[in-house]
Amino acid sequence: MYEFDLTRPTTIADAVAALNEEDAQALGGGQTLIPTMKQRLAMPSKLVSLGAIPEMKGVCMSDAGEVCIGGATPHAVVSAEATAFPGLADLAGQIGDPAVRNRGTIGGSLANNDPSACYPAAALAAGATIVTNSREIAADDFFEGMFETSLEEGEIITEVRFPVPEVSHYEKFLQPASRFALVGVMVAKFADGVRVAVTGASENGVFRWKEAEQALSANFSADAVSDLALSGDEMISDLHGSGEYRAHLVNVMTGRAVKAAS
Amino acid sequence: MAQVSMTVNGKTVSADVEGRTLLSEFLRSDLHLTGTHVGCDTSQCGACVVHVNGDAVKACTMFAAEADGADVGTIEGQANEDGTLNNIQQAFQDHHGLQCGFCTPGMVMSAAALLKDNPKPSEHDVRAYLEGNICRCTGYHNIVKAIMAASGQDVSSIAAE
Ligand SMILES: Cc1cc2nc3c(=O)[nH]c(=O)nc-3n(C[C@H](O)[C@H](O)[C@H](O)COP(=O)(O)OP(=O)(O)OC[C@H]3O[C@@H](n4cnc5c(N)ncnc54)[C@H](O)[C@@H]3O)c2cc1C
Ligand code: FES
Ligand code: FES
Repeated sequence: MYEFDLTRPTTIADAVAALNEEDAQALGGGQTLIPTMKQRLAMPSKLVSLGAIPEMKGVCMSDAGEVCIGGATPHAVVSAEATAFPGLADLAGQIGDPAVRNRGTIGGSLANNDPSACYPAAALAAGATIVTNSREIAADDFFEGMFETSLEEGEIITEVRFPVPEVSHYEKFLQPASRFALVGVMVAKFADGVRVAVTGASENGVFRWKEAEQALSANFSADAVSDLALSGDEMISDLHGSGEYRAHLVNVMTGRAVKAAS
Repeated sequence: MAQVSMTVNGKTVSADVEGRTLLSEFLRSDLHLTGTHVGCDTSQCGACVVHVNGDAVKACTMFAAEADGADVGTIEGQANEDGTLNNIQQAFQDHHGLQCGFCTPGMVMSAAALLKDNPKPSEHDVRAYLEGNICRCTGYHNIVKAIMAASGQDVSSIAAE
């Protein structure tokens, strides 16, 4: 790894100030960033650790009934404490392995927007609000394609607010070597309709499968999606599976998610 | 360089470390606690698992500076006070839970973290918990068996006698 300075501020304000410096970068749980730095694919001159900021940790309920998760909350804590939104707690408990879940954070996962990551599917399916040090961003406006988000330079995710669906489920087809999703589908049913978010499949990153949403909003059953077909164009094609295979998996995973949720 | 201090296996230690010093490097090179193994150095294999404030973490994927003020536990702190193997370590020996032994420190540390939260895990629980610990030798059956035996459960019906 290249040499860098590491600071551990204890407030959001201090972290934001430290990130103002040129080439400074936020460090969440480091589960993605540290391996990236070891490969010298990232070379910040300063890392600003978000791990010692109490106001960025923990799970609570807002007055509006949303599950609010601090941006530096590890996956293991979400898995144990987000009991008001079982679909989300269950998703968090499926990320990587226990040691990864003890360090990796929701803010780091969303900011990274890995095309195979789990949390982006939860944020998009639930219609979450991503709260940063300077504004609130709707999940629908946050994800901008593989590894791209609407975050500005130096902007950090301080909190994520999830509206709680009536029922929901995340169905993950595991890529056993990486432990990420080969394809993952989160289905969330709200009083005013169903949202379906797909990760692991598209070359453009996480997306909402609108056709399935319409079908499921009219009839919340696995049968409602069994005849829908997604095109394999613009789906990720690699040694683990072709675009067509992934497109097919999206359909199968959606059906399973609906079954498990209803 | 920054000063860090932490408790490692009950003893307070402090040292100057660079920002980029990994917890695994700090334990092995500065403290000479070489029981924490580095297999992959890419957060895949789990040979480097230690406890930080009671939680299992991969020491190769955490900076030493981030453990400032923390309570760190390594394999060197696992034995009983009189130096005999603790019940997890003893079970690994009794049930042939190791061959070359390279993965064993991480396996024992993961097992200890599991049993702290889940004192009577099912076979499925053990296998799921060990997802991030890779063993090239044993085929896992005897590791699973050892951990279940360490939790006081009957392991006679578990595969691979
Ligand atoms: C073996 C293994 C298996 C994994 N399996 C899965 C899986 O199944 N599913 C899955 O979704 N993920 C998986 N991951 C990734 C894991 O969830 C990471 O924790 C996560 O992607 C990044 O979070 P982090 O807190 O570690 O962020 P870091 O690695 O610290 O940072 C990642 C990026 O986000 C930025 N960042 C960090 N925190 C913030 C913040 N609060 N605001 C703004 N920017 C921030 C950093 O600057 C960096 O660019 C796995 C990782 C490993 C090592
Ligand atoms: S050496 Fe840390 S996970 Fe392999
Ligand atoms: S005993 Fe050799 S790697 Fe596990």
